[in-house]
Order: sequence, then C-alpha cells, then structure tokens
Amino acid sequence: MEFAQQLLNALSLGAIYALIALGFTMVYGVLRFINFAHSDVFMIGAVVGSLLGNYLPLGTWWSGLACLLAAMAVCALLGVIIERVAYRPLRAAPRLNVLITAIGVSLFIEYLFQNEHVFGAAPRPIPPVFPSVLWQWHGLSISSNQLIVIGVALLLVVALELIVYRTRIGTAMRAVSLNPRAAQLVGINPDVVVTFTFALGSALAGAGGVLYALNYQSVEPLMGVMPGLKAFVAAVLGGIGSIPGAALGGLLIGGIETFIGGSQFSTYKDAIAFALLILILLFRPTGLLGRRIPEKV
Amino acid sequence: MISRFRQIAVLSLLALQSASLLANEGTPIKIGEIASLTGKEAAFGQSSHKGTLLAIEELNAADGVLGRQLKLITEDNQTKAGESATAARKLISRDKVVALLGEVASSRSLEMAPIAQSSKIPMVSPASTNPKVTAVGAYVFRVCFIDPFQGTVMAKFAREDLGLRRVAVLTSVSSAYSVGLSKFFKERFLSDGGEIAIEQKYSEGDKDFRSQLTAIKATGVGGIFIPGYYSEAALIAKQARELGITAALFGGDGWEAPQLLQIGGAALEGCYYSTHYSPEDTSPAVQNFVKNYKDRFNDEVPDAMAALGYDSALVLADAIKRAGSTQPDAVREALAATRNFMGVTGNTTIDADRNAAKPAVVVAIKYGKLNFFKSVAP
Repeated sequence: MEFAQQLLNALSLGAIYALIALGFTMVYGVLRFINFAHSDVFMIGAVVGSLLGNYLPLGTWWSGLACLLAAMAVCALLGVIIERVAYRPLRAAPRLNVLITAIGVSLFIEYLFQNEHVFGAAPRPIPPVFPSVLWQWHGLSISSNQLIVIGVALLLVVALELIVYRTRIGTAMRAVSLNPRAAQLVGINPDVVVTFTFALGSALAGAGGVLYALNYQSVEPLMGVMPGLKAFVAAVLGGIGSIPGAALGGLLIGGIETFIGGSQFSTYKDAIAFALLILILLFRPTGLLGRRIPEKV
Repeated sequence: MISRFRQIAVLSLLALQSASLLANEGTPIKIGEIASLTGKEAAFGQSSHKGTLLAIEELNAADGVLGRQLKLITEDNQTKAGESATAARKLISRDKVVALLGEVASSRSLEMAPIAQSSKIPMVSPASTNPKVTAVGAYVFRVCFIDPFQGTVMAKFAREDLGLRRVAVLTSVSSAYSVGLSKFFKERFLSDGGEIAIEQKYSEGDKDFRSQLTAIKATGVGGIFIPGYYSEAALIAKQARELGITAALFGGDGWEAPQLLQIGGAALEGCYYSTHYSPEDTSPAVQNFVKNYKDRFNDEVPDAMAALGYDSALVLADAIKRAGSTQPDAVREALAATRNFMGVTGNTTIDADRNAAKPAVVVAIKYGKLNFFKSVAP
C-alpha cells in the first residue's frame, strides 16, 4: 500500500514538473535558448490563482476552473510581453546574451514580487477553490487535489500534442523549429510563431502554478525556483525540444524524487535525482527521446 | 626639528581624539540589528524586530543609556543564506555599531557570529537555540535557552504527557537548528526508553513532504517530532492529515509564528510545541509588555520572538549602562557579568558559555488557538 501511495504522490508531483518542462522544451525547440523566466511565470500563475480565489465561492468546480483559466490567460499574456520586450530585440544577438537576459528577467520578477507593495516575500495560503475531498481506500489516501493535478496535466498535454501536430500554427511551429530560415522562405512569419509558442508555454506554466499551489497550499515569490530547475532538468532528461520527452522527463524526475524521498536516503533525494541525470546524459547526450542532429561542419 | 614635529603631531592627534570623545556625548549610541524582515521566515524577523524596536523606543523615552539616545540600525537578510554575514560586515565597518542584535535562526546567527567575534564587537542573539552559536567565541551571547534543554523538554513531554513510546522524527537537514534539536530530542527519548521508529529528512524550502510522510505512516507511530520552522511545519501538518495520519505532531520554538496557524489551520489541531514565553502569563512584567506592544503595533499580540527581541535589547542596554562606556570590550565584560536580569521571558543569567538558562513553555493548539499547556523550569 505504501508503494501505491508513493506512486500517486509521484504522479501528482511529476505531472506538475511535466507542465513546466513543456514550456522550456517548446521555447528551446523554436528559439534554441532556455527561458529561465519560465519558473517565475509559473509563480505568477499561482499568484493570480490565489488572488482571484479570494473573490470566488470556494470549493466549486467552476470557480476552480475560472482560477485555472484566468491564470493561464494572464501567464500567456505575460509570456508574450516578456518575449516582446526582453528577447525579441536580441533575436540576432549571440545566444549567450539572450540567456543572460533570461536570468535577468527571472531575477527582476522574483524581486519585484518580493516587494511588500506587490506581493511580499512571506508565503500566503491559497484558498481551496476546487472541491476538496479525501478518499480513504484500503489505507490509500487519495485527495481530490492530486487527481485534479494529474487529470488537468494529462488533458493539457493531449491538447498541446493536438495543437502541435494537427493545426496550421502547430505545423508552422515545427517548421520554424526544423529550420527557421527555410520556414521564412515558405511564407511563415517567425514572429507570430514565437509569440504563439511563448503564449502556449506560459499558459501551461500558469496552470502548473495554480495546481502546484493548490496541492501544497502556499504561494510565495520564490516558489518557482526549485520546481523550475527540476522541470528544466526533466526537459533535458526527456530530450530538450521533444514534447513527449518533456512529459516523460517530468514524470521520471517526480518519481525518482518521491521514491528516494520516502526511503532512508531522503537527505540525498535531490543529489540522487541530479546524479541520475548526469548518468543518463553520459549515455544518451540528447536525452531519452531527443533526436540526434548531426552537426554539419 | 623632527622630534618637534612629532610632538605637535601627537598633541594634535590627542586633541582630535578628545574632541571626538566630547562630540560623542550628544551623539546616539549605534546598535546594529540583523533580522529576516522578508523572505521565507519573515515572521521571525518581523516579530523580533518589533520587540527590539519597542525596547529601544522605551529606553529612549526614558532618556536613553549613559545620557545618550540609542539608534537602531536594522538590516534585512531576506531569510537568505550569506546575507547575514554581509550585513554584519556592513554594520560593523560602515555604521560602526557598538554591538549587534540578531538573528532568530541559528544558521543565520552562525553566519554573523564569526564576524562579530573577529571584529571584537559583542553580539546578542535573541532566539538562536543551537549550542554552536555562542561557542563561536567570547563576544557572542544569547538571551534564550539552548536546544539540549529544549530537546529534553520535548522528549520528556512526548514520553510522559503524551504517553508515546514509538515516534518518528522529520528533520530539516539544511538548518543547523533543526539538526541540533533533532539530535538532542533523540538522545533523551531513547534514554527514556522510547523508540525512534523512523527518521526522515527534508530541506529548507521544500513544499512536498508526502513521500517522507507516506514512509512514516507505514510505521504506524503515535507521534511525529518536527524540529523545523513554521513555514514547513504548517505544510507538513496539512499533508500529514491529507495522507490520513492522525498521530500527534509536535515541534520546537521554530513553530512560533502567526503564519503557522494561518497556513496549517485545522490540520494543527491537537499539536504541541515548546517556546520561550506565553502572552497568557499573568505576571505584571509580561502583561505590561503585551499591553505596550499592542498599543504600538496595531493590536498584535507579541509572540516569543517579539518577547526575546525585546529582552535582547534590554539586556544589551543594561550591559552598556553597567559598563559605563560603549567600548566593545567593556560592554562584552558587562554582558558576561549579567546576573538575574528580569525581562519578559524570565530571569536572564549569562553562564560561562554565554548562554541563558530559562524556562520553556509548552503550547497546545486547540480550537484554532494557542493555549498555555505547561512551563518547564531549567
């Protein structure tokens, strides 16, 4: 029974890492850089959810969904703004500059939200917007929150897969990812694709933020740092640029962390998770589901 | 010629020095304070700072110390590792403070202490309970009890008052306070015939404790000792209840913060922790302090960190008075000679290890409120 319980814990944690990892991987796929501000977009999703939650009736499906959708919308918009203001002017600059800018944006958001007049650094509780039920089944405790996290994450990953493989804009995204110059030659506007990618990835992070906050019941400005780092690792582990890879990587990292956390080695759970990452990358440098792209010289 | 010059130089230097000594008469005595005013453990810094501020304001209203006003210079370390050391250096070298007050968390006091020690500036920690803090050197003091005592109190409490034989311990590995308190608790609990069924670890800033709690649940213990800070303890309590754990949860003074109940809510019902004082204490000194604090800070009830912040400033001011000067060495001597100083957290007597032996209070959480359970004398 302990194993089943840990598996459920692992799935609900891994599902959130997967949601964040998707944003990292999509931006990398299109622009070939890591958007470090992504973890802070995740945090803002949680903030939006908790602020809106104060004005909604608690414990109903529609107010929960309203929080989720509002957070996704705000984060999508924020992602687009960050790209427009901070990254687009550097599109032609060396990739390192964009990377440093991303770290700058990330720190800016974190410190802005730590200001007492914006949000403040102290953790705040998030109102329970979704109906909250606790089932006990043969010693297994299943909280509705965990099921909601897993369900929503699954739904969003399927939706994303459909968007990327079944729509025109998705085809354009894949084209830009494959060869930006050639995509432009066949009439694809890369700016539109990049904007769309940021909106989509940030919306997923926003949803992840609300779910994470509901699951762990607190919101604070630095809450995105560790999940963001682990999601980034998950994206690399799964093969950065690959959507199923990000989902798989997220579940793996969540699983490793949970099972080691519940063993006698709980002190070293992060150390072991990251050591595994190094090992896997030694044998599969492109990640588990990443494609090998031959370098042309 | 040269010796003449030297004479003049020496004389003028002396003149300058006495001039500056005279100028000191009217200038305020600078006291540095380091607190976590923002960040993860902001509740600690906010409370201890308000207590300290109240003490300084009351002293100044009563004509200050040695006829000079006190000036409190506060630095916020944002609850971040590394910031306290920087802040201590800044306060000592740039602001030229006479003494340092702070920190609540032992890990951060341990950052300040070596700097205070090497600069020979006395430091008084209001609430750091890890024994290592004052072991840093002769310039480091504290006005609270230490963890060997607190661990013993909670082990005896679990064994005798809660009647527990098998317990689990959930320790934060990245906090000196938690590691120390956990060690002293285990030693006493084992020697009292108890059994530690399982020991699990987490790190500061963790949000997910389900994996550790699931492993603890499988052992079927009657109680879980959580020697951590309120920010994690509240989440641990919530997740434990969600996993169907009904065991009693109990911890140390790291739980003391208004946010504990705000975040933990009903999950903390029937939980206990040890701390330094109770605002329910009916002694006139405590009631007077509670009243003044409420008047000054928006009707807030002072918690233990506020009371210790208050006492730390008073003990320091008393030492400066007895030293009759603000020379760091003289102040240090006077601090070390503090005997039977009555504050709001009890009687402070600084022992040879620069610690204070004080009673601990066990608080029970019932009906969403903190209730005085018992007081344990050292």
